Amino acid sequence: MDKAGIGQLLRQLVAIDGPSGVEALVASLVADLARDVATETRVDALGNVIALRRGAANPPGRILLAAHMDEIGLIVTRVEDSFLHVHEVGGLDPRALLGQEVTVYPTGPRTGQTFEVSETLKVFMDGKGLPGYIGGRPPHLTAAENRDRVIPLGDLRVDLGLPRAILESGLVQVGDRVAVRGPYTELLGGRVVSKALDNRASVAAMLGALGYLAAMQHSWDVYAVATVQEEIGLRGAITSAFEIAPDVAIAIDVTFGATPGLNNAETVAMDKGPAIGWGPNLHPGVVSALRKAADAHEIPYVVEPLPGDSGTDAWAIQVAREGIPTGLTSIPIRYMHSATELVVLADIDRTARLLATFIGRLDDAFLASLPEEV
Amino acid sequence: MKGSHVLELTRRLTEAFGVSGYEDEIRSVIRAEIAGLVDEVRVDTLGNLVALRRGAGAAGQPGKRVMLAAHMDQIGLMVTHIDEKGYLRFAPVGGVFGLACWGSQVRFADGTVGTVGLDGGISARDKLPTLNSMYIDVGATERAGVTVQVGDVAAFWHAFAGQGSAWFAPSMDDRIGCVVLVQLLRELAGREIAHDVYAVFTTQEEIGTRGATTSAYAIDPYVAIALDVTLTGDGPHTKPALEVYLGRGVALKIMDKGMISHIGLNQLLIAAAEAEGIPYQREVLQVGSTDARAMQMARSGIPTTALSVPSRHVHTPSQIVDRRDVAAAIALLVAFLDRPITV
Amino acid sequence: MMALCDRLERLSNAFGPSGRERDVRALLRAGIAELADRIEVDALGNLIAYKTGADPEPRLRVMLSAHMDEVGFMITEIQKSGLLKFQPVGGLDPRMLPAKRLVIGDARIPGVIGAPPPHLQSAKQASQPPRGSGGQPVELDDLAIDIGAESDKEAEAKVKVGDYGVFATQFTVLSRDSSWPTVRGKAFDDRVGCAMLVALLAERYPVDLVVVFTVQEEVGLRGARVAAYRVEPDAAISLEGTICDDLPRPPDVDLTPVTRLGAGPALTLMDRRLVSHPGLLKLLRDTAEAEGIAIQYKAPGLGGADSGAIHLTRAGVPATVVAVPCRYIHSPASILNLNDMENSVRLMAAALRRIGREHLERAG
Repeated sequence: MDKAGIGQLLRQLVAIDGPSGVEALVASLVADLARDVATETRVDALGNVIALRRGAANPPGRILLAAHMDEIGLIVTRVEDSFLHVHEVGGLDPRALLGQEVTVYPTGPRTGQTFEVSETLKVFMDGKGLPGYIGGRPPHLTAAENRDRVIPLGDLRVDLGLPRAILESGLVQVGDRVAVRGPYTELLGGRVVSKALDNRASVAAMLGALGYLAAMQHSWDVYAVATVQEEIGLRGAITSAFEIAPDVAIAIDVTFGATPGLNNAETVAMDKGPAIGWGPNLHPGVVSALRKAADAHEIPYVVEPLPGDSGTDAWAIQVAREGIPTGLTSIPIRYMHSATELVVLADIDRTARLLATFIGRLDDAFLASLPEEV
Repeated sequence: MKGSHVLELTRRLTEAFGVSGYEDEIRSVIRAEIAGLVDEVRVDTLGNLVALRRGAGAAGQPGKRVMLAAHMDQIGLMVTHIDEKGYLRFAPVGGVFGLACWGSQVRFADGTVGTVGLDGGISARDKLPTLNSMYIDVGATERAGVTVQVGDVAAFWHAFAGQGSAWFAPSMDDRIGCVVLVQLLRELAGREIAHDVYAVFTTQEEIGTRGATTSAYAIDPYVAIALDVTLTGDGPHTKPALEVYLGRGVALKIMDKGMISHIGLNQLLIAAAEAEGIPYQREVLQVGSTDARAMQMARSGIPTTALSVPSRHVHTPSQIVDRRDVAAAIALLVAFLDRPITV
Repeated sequence: MMALCDRLERLSNAFGPSGRERDVRALLRAGIAELADRIEVDALGNLIAYKTGADPEPRLRVMLSAHMDEVGFMITEIQKSGLLKFQPVGGLDPRMLPAKRLVIGDARIPGVIGAPPPHLQSAKQASQPPRGSGGQPVELDDLAIDIGAESDKEAEAKVKVGDYGVFATQFTVLSRDSSWPTVRGKAFDDRVGCAMLVALLAERYPVDLVVVFTVQEEVGLRGARVAAYRVEPDAAISLEGTICDDLPRPPDVDLTPVTRLGAGPALTLMDRRLVSHPGLLKLLRDTAEAEGIAIQYKAPGLGGADSGAIHLTRAGVPATVVAVPCRYIHSPASILNLNDMENSVRLMAAALRRIGREHLERAG
């Protein structure tokens, strides 16, 4: 595993559409990618992928890594003429949708025949979506006073460019999914633009960490979970944390990267490594151990103050069962929740190395040390 | 389906009292209705009525544990203050809309009746009313005449009415879900069903799907389905887009504000509906949620969805459902339970 | 009463915002060392004290909770000027903040949240007063903490991003009149609850008692939730400091105050997170009547306490709340009446001697 390897992981992960609730294709890829570095992999009731990498024969503890694999997207609410009305799934910014290329995943007409159980999944498994576009109305035809206004999502339409008759035959159904199109593109300075860096960058970091661990010794069992439905309520994290009942957990997500024009108090520097979260959601002993691991191996990082809800899977995991000492590492990205999110690849690699280093250093004494730190 | 019987059942359930947190009366009404139809009944800590209809299992194909949840509670008003003249100020219990209150009749658990008044009365008729500017008027002419106390709860009151295929009541949300569940148990009587069916009449859905949270933890089912109402795209100027309409069948939940349904479970329901020719509609709801969002999060996660009876004017004192949609919901559940369940 | 007041003073003055309750926990742990049979600290920092009951088995397990955390601040940025930007930890009204004193970080560095002088207005703003000065209310973005540093370097020598802060309020006795004894201090929500729990631990009851000093109530009832999962109680009662707004109102406003100072322990019928279990309410009412303790009812529909999270754990827990009225909660200082506190302890002690299975049932 190395930085190039991380780049490769990311490239594959963002090439697939996996909106909240329909993560199956991404899950499949994650399971494949984890195969070489995990002892066993399974998918649970809600679709979380759980890759277990065993440590020592009698592991002193089990650590959960959680990186959500779902992305925000759209869902069809009505087919009108040859256009689709859509609603958001997760917090999409409607300002960034005007002029946006999309991919529509139709489930096809109801023929009166019995569907197989996984009909919808098959559509995704085939990866066959249809290209569409959100164009809006021409400015010439928009009243002057409305030209400056944000067009609400309810007024936008997806255009498949298909003849009306095809839509009327029921090609697209209410509930069908629409993903934004945002292909992986390299910019200067080791920066990359793509859709769904939130949160595939973290999934890449997590798989990268497993890759690094494959070349190291570690005594703890590692449960690397690609969670589902984070964007609509941390749903996969809630249930997988209950199921796995780890001794310690680290959530991996993205955070707001510093951008000219944005408040420094609310963003994290780019290209300075992962942000280690600090606040009520995070266990001070876990934070301390992450920092020590980073310092020991000269991995740069910044501390991100989080005075309340971190807005990540960490918030759910911390209160599973009897409570779990939880940490959070976040990869700074710009333009979050748009189709052109931007990241520094080195920050993903640093995150992967930090996680692997932290896990490698977990020993028998770690759990006992936590109560003094809380 | 025995038409007039279900109508009368609906009348009984919609007219019983049961505001969130204070469901004693509706619970005992439902308990009487399901006597003899189930093998076990208990009332749990949050007041949920939990009924178990044991499955017959089948050689080589044991039944699954299925949880069906319909909430017994309705929104209402809790008295917070009684002023010197005998007018009652209130706090909402559940999602009460200011626009849906003025002039409504309400009824307390003991039968005391009141009208919701608006500060300023007719002179305030052009302003959007807030709950703080309203009060309950029990028709007293002096403070001493008021027997209601702070903490008492009232529900919006109107008698049930049936008209053609349309049924009217303030509490279709979610007494019609309870009707579906009771009637389902009735139709299963005498049938051999492989699955263990937990018919749970939940409490406190309107104030945070609370009853469903704890009962799902206790039952830990294989799959769970909430039975509730949903909004419709009916009406002259309806926004946002919602392709659910009265009379076109039971609504199958794909997504709402609180959760995304399990795709595999929905596919089983679609397969059953298509096989039996039961009308259904695909629901993507932009506001609101159901007990399903709580059940899905129990323990290690439960494949969950919701079947809803489309209802016009939800959370107002006169909600309308179509009996054909009620029939479709029941028929779909029978068809679903009559088949193997694997997700 | 003296011991109760002293304990409240020490707890009130202690530093303990949500997520950094360690000082309060240490104080409490020392205070209960001799009183509990067993003490644990869990993964989130909840302090859990067990006390076996005197009755023969089977015994009920009753969980009492009070939260250790108070609303506070977190430093989010050190600006070049040496001023510190911050965010609240827990719910704070920004209008409360200008011209207030804080202490920050482990070294308890003193600072102030500055208030722009009302005298100064630029010509451009003449028609619209600057935010915070007599005209419009402040917003959080306008505020900064001044620790006296003239540069970021100077500030960084004393504080860092992520440091927690609390109001610098010191506890004071306002009235020693035994019919109306009042005190003023910060964090009465919920150090009053913590003080009462220590007092209750001094006795042994028929039932098994699990006293939990919870963390992070102010950011979402977080500690209570996991503690209840662990403890699996048969019943739970949270002890709180609650809203008291009994100031005189204009004559045309005829409304019940949420609670009244001096009117006794406040029972909860319904708040934003909980409908109290009817059996436990009956227990408290019957106990109050038998003991001659005047009680009041908190106005329904407001606020939330640890029981809001506890009652939904696992298969559900019968739960309710007993609260001491505190004027000005979530502000730099609150005022409470020590008689309300004393009577709440009396009510709880008597209820713990009375509680039985019949109080945990529901009507069929």
